[in-house]
Amino acid sequence: MSDFPKPDQLLSDIDRKPPQMDWMDTPVTIRKGMYCYAANPKSVEYTHLPFPHQWNPLDEDWKLPENWQEILHEGFKVRLERFRSFKLFMDICVRCGACADKCHFFIGTGDPKNMPVLRAELLRSVYRNDFTAAGKILGRLAGARPLTMEVLKELWYYFFQCTECRRCSIFCPYGIDTAEITMMARELFNLIGLNIDWIATPVANCYRTGNHLGIQPHAFKDMLEFFMDDLEEITGVRVEPNFNKKGADILFITPSGDVFADPGTYTCMGYLLLFHYLKEEYGLDVTWSTYASEGGNFGSFTSHEMMKRLNSKMYAEAKRLGVKWILGGECGHMWRVINQYMDTMNGPADFLEEPVSPITGTKFENAKSTKMVHLSEFTADLIKHGKLNLDPSRNDNLILTYHDSCNPARGMGMFDEPRYVIQNVANNFYDMPPNTIREQTFCCGSGSGLNAGENMELRLTGGLPRANAVKYVHEKYGVNMLATICAIDRAALPTLMDYWVPGVGVTGVTEMVANALILPGEGERTTNLRGEPLPGMEDE
Amino acid sequence: MNVKYMYSLLAVIALFLLAYLGVEAAGLELLFGIIIPYVAVAAFVAGVVYRVMGWARSAVPFRIPSTCGQQKSLPWIKPNKFDNPFTPGAVVVRMILEVCCFRSLFRNTRNFIQEGKIAYQLEIWLWVAALAFHYAFLTVIVRHMRLFTEPVPALIKLVETVDSFFRFEILTDTIRVGVPGLYMSGLVLLAAVAFLFIRRIVIPHVKYISLPADFFPLFLIFGIAFTGILMRYFSKVNIRAAKELTLGLVSFHPTIPQGIGVVFYVHLFFVCILLAYFPFSKLMHMGGVFLSPTRNLPGNSRAVRHVNPWNYPVEVHTYEEYEEEFREKMIEAGLPVEKE
Repeated sequence: MSDFPKPDQLLSDIDRKPPQMDWMDTPVTIRKGMYCYAANPKSVEYTHLPFPHQWNPLDEDWKLPENWQEILHEGFKVRLERFRSFKLFMDICVRCGACADKCHFFIGTGDPKNMPVLRAELLRSVYRNDFTAAGKILGRLAGARPLTMEVLKELWYYFFQCTECRRCSIFCPYGIDTAEITMMARELFNLIGLNIDWIATPVANCYRTGNHLGIQPHAFKDMLEFFMDDLEEITGVRVEPNFNKKGADILFITPSGDVFADPGTYTCMGYLLLFHYLKEEYGLDVTWSTYASEGGNFGSFTSHEMMKRLNSKMYAEAKRLGVKWILGGECGHMWRVINQYMDTMNGPADFLEEPVSPITGTKFENAKSTKMVHLSEFTADLIKHGKLNLDPSRNDNLILTYHDSCNPARGMGMFDEPRYVIQNVANNFYDMPPNTIREQTFCCGSGSGLNAGENMELRLTGGLPRANAVKYVHEKYGVNMLATICAIDRAALPTLMDYWVPGVGVTGVTEMVANALILPGEGERTTNLRGEPLPGMEDE
Repeated sequence: MNVKYMYSLLAVIALFLLAYLGVEAAGLELLFGIIIPYVAVAAFVAGVVYRVMGWARSAVPFRIPSTCGQQKSLPWIKPNKFDNPFTPGAVVVRMILEVCCFRSLFRNTRNFIQEGKIAYQLEIWLWVAALAFHYAFLTVIVRHMRLFTEPVPALIKLVETVDSFFRFEILTDTIRVGVPGLYMSGLVLLAAVAFLFIRRIVIPHVKYISLPADFFPLFLIFGIAFTGILMRYFSKVNIRAAKELTLGLVSFHPTIPQGIGVVFYVHLFFVCILLAYFPFSKLMHMGGVFLSPTRNLPGNSRAVRHVNPWNYPVEVHTYEEYEEEFREKMIEAGLPVEKE
């Protein structure tokens, strides 16, 4: 990142003025820093997806199968029949432009092809050419163009510059959802082996080992044991989580990112502490699984089929272990999948019970079919019933704001539960401006499998609107900690903050809970989970 | 010169000339007054049905509403009933708000970068113009129903009366000047179309995304409104004769009365073109909005299972396969296994 422009420079470089030349005549330039590396053929092969091959987006020749156009045409046709959303969204856009400046990538780059409407038009033009009478007769006059190699490259480049955050869809008068179009485009790319490695390899890992990072069962246990040691040092209490335990009450599944990298690890430690507390106080028996050790689902960034293949492990494992229901950790797209796809794809989960909190007796009516409850819902309910012994002043060194992750926001509508939790475990909380939170929240810029290292410019420009809103509360209220319920956020936002708003950290909500949680029999805590001194303990 | 709108403008001018010369020079009243209207209406009906059926044939495999408000979860958390509807009834309300009030468009904001910060502004004009345009158009259509009904229903007369509230006329026993009741809807329609057109050529990014197919209906509707206003206030047509023709069309006893005036035929031809063009264009958003899966489905997919009609079995990596690969390591780490 040494040759990377300074924030001020990057900001003043944003030019929103569209070029003189028509977009169809403006050829695509695949630029370093804006794209992700091609999928490793071994990963594609492992999951038996079509046409694993070595290729490079910068090369002239992408080494495609001879009949790639035919494959894509057929694939397109099938998807138009399978998804009304897709067919409708190809047909009814009036190009009113309401979505144009709603995309974080457009705001951050000024590239007109990052306007949601134009991103979709890139594909619509091909649709008109192949599937509509007007397009076939009038051609370009009707906004149609044939799918050439040039066009394919443009599609690939720009549909891997969409994070499927759905922000544009809430402003569209017809609800046209670019995330849906991007999902279709990526399915099509996968038919000819054109995935990116940051997606394909986690998918293969997850298929084999149960999680994106490829952590094998023994190592998974090792990693949690490492946290247990840390927690013992901090709290004086030894937590003993269950692994693959048959007959446990609840199966807990969270993204593996939380097990692997800071600051997600602190959130993971938070889960361990919370479950230990609930076990000691109320006898709740929670188990982790090494087979279903991934909440996230990079399959959903590949195809609906791959999404289903990876997601199947959750119910399969819950069934094998004989738990009552499933509790899900803090993750964004994981919850889009669980909330809007899982039950349809892999249900009905009739071997599970309708979820009831054994501690408060609350029935989670909203999850009675899927049988999976979000940790923030679960924790909010515990707090509401006074079941957690909390000392929010332990978080007094923090001034918090909350980033609504795209998927729980616009694919679920979870806004008040995490805020309620935060406001009960910490004393200083300020929301960002209304245009940038709740259903209008901005993406971290790295969602949908784009949190690689090689596309850093894309991520930082895409994260600008989010960072800018954080900067606002940072300057106005002295906010120094950004809480979120998404593992990709926890992985991506620290980089974003360091670049745009130095001095703001990133945390999961459960880390805040665990800081405040007073465990039975704990020693005097002098540090928080990060080993930083608690307020008033700076000299200890 | 913007070729995109020039093509569309030229097309509308050509259509005007076609109708004008067709009636005035070639005397093809029968073609323009009877045959084309029947063909256009048939194309409209068949086309719309075909398109809607086409969408309806496609499956809705998943329940994917865009949730624009708090979900229904715990009993003490207030859900946003209509922006994130949980029940079919609430979906109906959401759809009514969407279709009748353009709820989503009302959310519109504008942003720009100013002194290193992103600033946001409410952007209401597109919403205002869109509402004005659609409601003015609806009023015009309702008003025109008087041409297809005899006697004219009271409701249509009421719409007319309200619409022509403003009058510029002096009516006494000796002096009678002024124009007949001024229909607001016609003027609003014209103004809204003009706004939507100007927006398309003035706002750089909207201009950049516009296609000829975005200009053509605007010009056509402008032509319709313009010829309509022309007929009413300036080049008076024989309204009795016109109604004779329209009533003849709907009663399937078509006749061509004499002396209607050529502007009427141009007006009618434009309307016919719009009708025939409608099903094959973006104007189908009128039907499409009702079918949009991000709006017309309840956000209750965790409580009520949605069924995918083409849900097919997929290849999965089973626990048995997993344990098979890692069994030794699992045993060594003290993890429980199925087979020792």
